[in-house]
Amino acid sequence: MQMTGAEIFVRALADLGVDIVFGYPGGAVLNIYDALFKNTKVRHLLCRHEQGAVHMADGYARASGKTGVCLVTSGPGATNTVTGLATAYMDSIPVVVFTGQVPTLLIGNDAFQEADIVGISRPCTKHNYLVKETKDLARIVREAFYIASTGRPGPVLVDMPKDVLTTPAEYDLPKEVSLRGYHPNYEGHPRQVESAVRMLLTAERPVVYAGGGVILSNASPELAELARQLSLPVTTTLMGMGAFPGSDPLCLGMLGMHGTYTANMAISHADVILAVGARFDDRVTGKIDEFAPHARIIHVDIDPTSIQKNVPVDIPIVGDLKDVLRKMIRLVKGKKEAAAFREKTSAWRGQTAAWAKTHPLTYKQGKGKIKPQYVVEQIYRITKGNAIITTEVGQNQMWAAQFYTYDRPRTFLSSGGLGTMGYGLPAAIGAQVAMPERLVIDIAGDGSIQMNIQEMATAVQYRIPVKVVILNNGALGMVRQWQELFFQGKYSQTCLPQIPDFVRLAEAYGAKGFRATRHAEVPDVLRKGFAAEGPVLIDVVVDPGEMVYPMVPAGAPLTKMLLV
Amino acid sequence: MRHTIAVLVENEFGVLSRVAGLFSGRGFNIESLCVAETTDPKVSRMTIVTSGNDQIIEQILKQLNKLVPVLKVIDFTGTETVDRELVLVKVNADNGNKAEVLRLVDIFRAKIVDVAPRCYTIEMTGGEGKVSAFLQMLRPIGIKEVVRTGKIAISRGA
Ligand SMILES: Cc1ncc(C[n+]2csc(CCOP(=O)(O)OP(=O)(O)O)c2C)c(N)n1
Ligand SMILES: [Mg+2]
Repeated sequence: MQMTGAEIFVRALADLGVDIVFGYPGGAVLNIYDALFKNTKVRHLLCRHEQGAVHMADGYARASGKTGVCLVTSGPGATNTVTGLATAYMDSIPVVVFTGQVPTLLIGNDAFQEADIVGISRPCTKHNYLVKETKDLARIVREAFYIASTGRPGPVLVDMPKDVLTTPAEYDLPKEVSLRGYHPNYEGHPRQVESAVRMLLTAERPVVYAGGGVILSNASPELAELARQLSLPVTTTLMGMGAFPGSDPLCLGMLGMHGTYTANMAISHADVILAVGARFDDRVTGKIDEFAPHARIIHVDIDPTSIQKNVPVDIPIVGDLKDVLRKMIRLVKGKKEAAAFREKTSAWRGQTAAWAKTHPLTYKQGKGKIKPQYVVEQIYRITKGNAIITTEVGQNQMWAAQFYTYDRPRTFLSSGGLGTMGYGLPAAIGAQVAMPERLVIDIAGDGSIQMNIQEMATAVQYRIPVKVVILNNGALGMVRQWQELFFQGKYSQTCLPQIPDFVRLAEAYGAKGFRATRHAEVPDVLRKGFAAEGPVLIDVVVDPGEMVYPMVPAGAPLTKMLLV
Repeated sequence: MRHTIAVLVENEFGVLSRVAGLFSGRGFNIESLCVAETTDPKVSRMTIVTSGNDQIIEQILKQLNKLVPVLKVIDFTGTETVDRELVLVKVNADNGNKAEVLRLVDIFRAKIVDVAPRCYTIEMTGGEGKVSAFLQMLRPIGIKEVVRTGKIAISRGA
């Protein structure tokens, strides 16, 4: 049957099981919005800014494991998606962004609302397309979803000229994708896995270093099983929070710049490191030449380019973590070598426990101003650890990672790689759309929240009951922390004297606003806010002088932590 | 170390910018790059000369392989290859040095492809050593302009 490109597009989304699109209309995509008007299968959520739309698709993807979808117009609509794409790209999140484009004949003519979004987005997408003919559209839509969600996931952009959307063609959605240049490898090489297990079993001081890849590959059960079989201490990256239960006695907490003393000491003294789905990012390794000086490294990742990129690796394994960890479990489960290994490494676990005891994450609440760490701890208590937490970027993000315990994957959603302020609120909305029955909370900063605050209107319009808790320190706190420590306290442009009244701002949007200014009222205000219906913004006025510790100064080795 | 890498890619719009962008975006270096269609019109072949330590070359090869339209990546290092480059050179040719130019053209099995009153344009192909030796010999005579294609390479044997 002949259909227009726009109808083909909407039909393909429906046939691929897309239930929601986060978007914003404009001239170049009018035909798609017309087709959506008639369609009942694909729901559309009208955002207030295209950056918000991409973060929503991203939050939806992180919370659910499904691919998030976003639709915007050409030119400014397309360029507004760039930060969202780069955010998803750095964190390997499956998102497909569809952009309108000027008619094919006008491309390159500086036409009205033309932007070379394929060129602009090339370095921040896993792949992108310019659709040249309507007959290719359905196939490309299918390929885009396939590429975004397989192998190492990532964002894909599809640019659709207006004439491609108005021209009719036969609807033909291919059953299968065949891309001769794209074959992600899922199966870890059995002999490499055997060598890895052999090396692991020689360890006296083993550490598992787990990243966001564990969550992306849904390999948390396997990671937990392997760790328990061998009593392996596990540290996670910021992206790996929840990949391994934070309350498990084997969990050392987060490592890196604001990691726990225990995790940083353990990785620095380890003799074998099993790195799974992590990429030795500079925020994790500190000074790279002094990272884990005693360790032999086993690195498992689905993306070969992640391996040997920053550190030399002794045993590389390319494959899906789920597959590789299963193979490893099979080699150790119930074996007497495993029992002997647990026995010989018990002194090491004693050491990590001793570090944890002498240097826990800590702060002092006292009688004065509200400590932000206290607020996060109270959020944990009140939600019993059952909420999905999103974060903004800065101190709020680090405290959210440190003082809330994540026991399950897909419950901590944060822009780790790009560090995008303004991520948390739209990501929370996307996560709430994916998980309507869960409590979703954005732990925010007073600076970051203002970068995508307009999405409160989206939350109100669609009655998406996200809760935002602002750790309001009147400052771009994390930047100010660096000025305090490394620039002699010269607070250049990091104080925010002009902050809106967030309670009234929430009310202006039609949401509910709450405020806490004394520490004694924090639990009550939080409880009331979380219990209130619909979107809620809770402004907690916290101690502006509080800093995030431990801290490894940029470029220092992990053992040189500044402590409280 | 210098490496010559052949990259087979889908012959489609935008592939060159993906490859070039990968090199510039990651700070890899391109010394030369040649592209043309293969016997299969759907496939193009690029020959890239690059340099870097082992770790960088490993990253370059892996990153190239990761691009969706890249079908195959071959690093020629350590394999027997035939490689060639084509150069076009304009040299001064007045009465005092015409004979010398002709002698060099003969020795290097080059060809004069254009003649003007005080200038010869010479075409020459060869491996790296031959090309640089030829240009070195011409330099004292006076090179006005040089155009080089960059290297192409193919493995020896069947
Ligand atoms: C879009 C963007 N711009 C700038 C930065 C640099 N930056 C990192 S943290 C930070 C301060 C954030 O302030 P706030 O949201 O109030 O968080 P706090 O650190 O005070 O908790 C800034 C400006 C960034 N990460 N993202
Ligand atoms: Mg702040």
